[in-house]
Amino acid sequence: MNTLEAFAMMDYGPAPEDAREAHAWLDAHDRRFDLFIDGQWQPATDDTRFDSHDPASGETLASIASASAADVDRAVAAARKAFPAWRDTPGHMRARYLYALARQIQKHARRLAVLETLDNGKPIRETRDIDIPLVARHFYHHAGWAQILASEFPDHEPLGVAGQVIPWNFPLLMLAWKIAPAIAAGNTVVLKPAEFTSLTALAFAELCRNVGLPDGVVNIVTGAGETGAALVAHPDVDKIAFTGSTEVGREIRRQTADSAKRLTLELGGKSPFIVFDDADLDSAVEGIVDGIWFNQGEVCCAGSRLLVHEAVSERLLAKLRRRMNTLRIGNPLDKAIDIGAIVAPVQLERIRGLVDQAVAEGATCHQAECPLPETGLFYPPTLLTDVGPASTAAQTEIFGPVLTAMTFRTPDEAVMLANNTAYGLAASVWSENINVALELAPRIQAGVVWINTTNRFDAACGFGGYRESGYGREGGREGLAAYLRPAWEQRLPMLPLDTGDELGAAAPAGDPSAAFGIDRTAKLYIGGKQKRPDGGYSQPIVAADGQHVADVSLGNRKDIRDAVEAARAAAGWARQDGHARAQILYYMAENLAQRRDEFAAREARLSGASAQQAGAEIDEAISQAFSAAAWADKYDGAVHNPPGRVLTAALHEPMGVIGIVCPAEAPLLAFVSLALHAIALGNRVVAIPSARCPLLATDFYQVLETSDLPDGVLNIVTGRPTELAPVLADHMGVDALWYFGPPAGVADMKTRSTSNLKTVWTHEGRALDWLALGAGHAREILGHASQVKNVWIPYGE
Amino acid sequence: MSKTAKKQTPKSGDEPTARVTARPQFHPDNRGMALDLDWVRDVRINLSAVEARAATLPKRRSVKKVWQAAWLLKAISCIDLTTLSGDDTAERVRRLCHKAKTPVRADLIEALGVQSLDLQVAAVCVYHAYVETAVEALAGTGIPVAAVSTGFPAGLSPFAERVAEIRRSVAAGAQEIDIVVTRAHVLGGHWDALYDEVLAFREACGEAHMKTILATGDLSTLRNVGRASLVCMMAGADFIKTSTGKESVNATLPVGLVMARSIRDYHERTGMRVGLKPAGGISKAKAALDWLAMIREELGREWLDPGLFRFGASSLLGDIERQLEHHVSGRYSVDYRHPVA
Repeated sequence: MNTLEAFAMMDYGPAPEDAREAHAWLDAHDRRFDLFIDGQWQPATDDTRFDSHDPASGETLASIASASAADVDRAVAAARKAFPAWRDTPGHMRARYLYALARQIQKHARRLAVLETLDNGKPIRETRDIDIPLVARHFYHHAGWAQILASEFPDHEPLGVAGQVIPWNFPLLMLAWKIAPAIAAGNTVVLKPAEFTSLTALAFAELCRNVGLPDGVVNIVTGAGETGAALVAHPDVDKIAFTGSTEVGREIRRQTADSAKRLTLELGGKSPFIVFDDADLDSAVEGIVDGIWFNQGEVCCAGSRLLVHEAVSERLLAKLRRRMNTLRIGNPLDKAIDIGAIVAPVQLERIRGLVDQAVAEGATCHQAECPLPETGLFYPPTLLTDVGPASTAAQTEIFGPVLTAMTFRTPDEAVMLANNTAYGLAASVWSENINVALELAPRIQAGVVWINTTNRFDAACGFGGYRESGYGREGGREGLAAYLRPAWEQRLPMLPLDTGDELGAAAPAGDPSAAFGIDRTAKLYIGGKQKRPDGGYSQPIVAADGQHVADVSLGNRKDIRDAVEAARAAAGWARQDGHARAQILYYMAENLAQRRDEFAAREARLSGASAQQAGAEIDEAISQAFSAAAWADKYDGAVHNPPGRVLTAALHEPMGVIGIVCPAEAPLLAFVSLALHAIALGNRVVAIPSARCPLLATDFYQVLETSDLPDGVLNIVTGRPTELAPVLADHMGVDALWYFGPPAGVADMKTRSTSNLKTVWTHEGRALDWLALGAGHAREILGHASQVKNVWIPYGE
Repeated sequence: MSKTAKKQTPKSGDEPTARVTARPQFHPDNRGMALDLDWVRDVRINLSAVEARAATLPKRRSVKKVWQAAWLLKAISCIDLTTLSGDDTAERVRRLCHKAKTPVRADLIEALGVQSLDLQVAAVCVYHAYVETAVEALAGTGIPVAAVSTGFPAGLSPFAERVAEIRRSVAAGAQEIDIVVTRAHVLGGHWDALYDEVLAFREACGEAHMKTILATGDLSTLRNVGRASLVCMMAGADFIKTSTGKESVNATLPVGLVMARSIRDYHERTGMRVGLKPAGGISKAKAALDWLAMIREELGREWLDPGLFRFGASSLLGDIERQLEHHVSGRYSVDYRHPVA
């Protein structure tokens, strides 16, 4: 090639990034890495190793130790040993370490970027301009959190040892998302990088040593799935944070079901990319490029489902096809390459298989004309049209550079199609009309909504999913909160565990009507109506003195089904404003207060408490109803100002339908406290009162009926919690489960929650003194009743 | 240059042409069209998204070594070498013309092996007063003279005088006329007035190429830039041009991106090609490469041609020359080693 020929062609020649420094670093380690445990490089006990490859060239980069269960054990022990001192290190000192790590990352930014590109196959443009700067930003941001933690999270404490398992698509960035908040909050960590991409995690370990981070605060155990499984299963780990596939996330939930480990999961997605007819179409096309062809489409929040308004569909797709042809695919170390190599042969095969299947199902496949390198693991940018919501390609997460396109007619239809998925990680909405964009953002079930932008991330803005995209957030205040717990939890008085999971004792010891005058029928309360149980059975309820006081309906799985349907149908409750919800909650308090003495007498009779004790509990229940009303218009989100001209609105949204299995202690108070705070935020509730004292809950539906509560917002199904709770836990239409039932059921609930990856909140079998909880508990309940959605709103004209 | 210049099929880019030339291969072929207000009002520009694209484009594309040398030569071939100062004199203009004919030191051209390109800049751009001087100085070179016109730079002299100014410059030998539009028409949304004005200028230009300066620095929003671009193309502009060089903000990549996309839209819908000329503030070789990369990405290889793309610049040429010397010698050069304009 001479200048004259180049002049005639005006093509881009090769523009390779110099990889010598990264290779020199590998050579300096003899291309051989051990485990980073307790601040030292330690060989794996059985000396098994695996190789890490450059997917673009096939070249072997390094040999890496594979940690066995025994090695994981050593790492957890090191983290445990380091925990007390690190927890007690003043926030300012922890901030200094995080700041030093941020500076180290910046100082070695290019070497880390090149190393990441070598190991993962993603373009150097992305590692250099996106991944590594975001890593540094994450440590800076969390240095700040360490500094102000004590005042911003008063009376909170770290969890202990965090076990963290991260994927291969953003290796160092995912490490930062895991480690920075954990150690800022005073936890110690054992992190397992993905086996395809361990190198930058090992380079990070070296940076930890450079800054003198105390031994054992950060431990890196490399290895494959078994290493991760050993970490997840380790009994001395207090929290598991996982990013990866929904399938593995489910498995982790199952594996940790019988433990009290905290769990956050950041899983898969099939995120919609919605383009309205009034969008800037050329910019939307660039958005699509950044949405699905960023990182070869190996992005959990990739905008893989294009939904276009019918009026502009042809024009947009024509522009998109033209744009696809200017994408450059090839050597990821080339600075002018848009799409690099697929991480591993197994992933490439999966992408090929899914595209073949789509075509077999009738999809039209358009692939960019850009030439592919002859060797290495590459797949061309692909657009699938003629797909419907039922197509495999439109439902399955492909995790590759493959986009499906469908059309819509109205904003309602766009929302319907967008939400027609089990996932809920992210969405992108393109419209120049702020009314359209801001109407859609709350209606799309996703943890992140980008308006007229896509795939933007920042340490100040929480990231994480709805639905089967997981739970928990990374980044922002909510991300940090996932590594803390209220210190009062540990200080609470523990009451004797209530093991009575069955209805009252032996035979009826008298005529219930004699005690209360006219015979009263305690029915189920479903959809705003008193309902007889589907099965047609009732159970006797026996007072503390052994007297048979009433019969209560024995609900069954069909009653739970009906209650959940009624709750789902009451979705309009979430769209009411907080003020309107507060009015109704205050009215409930008012109506409960009117009948205070009646409820107190009932409570005393049933539980055997003194009149004074019972009265105090009812008074506290009235206060809790006020608390719920008070919070209804105050549990607001935040507005972040991430770098760039953009606002991020962190909305506190209701979970949806919450199943509450009520505790046996403080039967009315606990029920009112939990259920009313839940509905205060717009949730709908299906409550299963405790087996022993259901009557106070059924009495309460008369309060509901006189308080203008819309039908279906709060449903009550009495019966055997051991029978009913599993139905709630299994139900796909229940978004969260609060389980305070018999302790024996906790593990089963967690296991069953994997049906739709609903969140599970339990006190791990502990009984709480509901009268002694205090005002701080309301925030705790509200936290479990809400999820944070970050809406990115760039602006400017 | 003729309005009916023959169209050529774009080269696929994989084979060098038999005779590589730095002269225009393509030409604008815009015949204009009736004002389509629906289309104009339909223009949607998202500032943040455009800025994001413009910010990442230079980081997504890079040319090195022989390709960089070639791209820099291409940039030179697209320069409208310009002097528009109150202290211009005939001698100054003659000096500029001399540089226009021999933009790069002969030893560098030889070292690059591109003598056959017969490299020269695309045009020389001056005030009306120096059109004749420049035409004379450039006689026989084929380099056209461009005259800024229509009350440049503010465009607020009486309409009849602005039209007459065009005719006088054409009569004096200018083959290209860089007109300025009335910004008030854009700011007030008087698209019909803008259309009529540009149409009148177009008629006055006759066979001369008309470059329409939008003065984007005065237009406040990218939406205005997009709409004004479209109206000017409908009125028959051969080129749309960003700036006079006298506004406080000159040619920026986001503005260029919006204008390039307008040109692409216009071409896609009407089949007619319009050229783009960023002007003002482009003084570094790296900036020129960024612009060329943007044009290649957004408009395609065909537009990387002096017939469809120009830089309005004066000091840019010197910086490119220094970069070329570095390419040839491996040593960084200094400005005084290159003949000034």
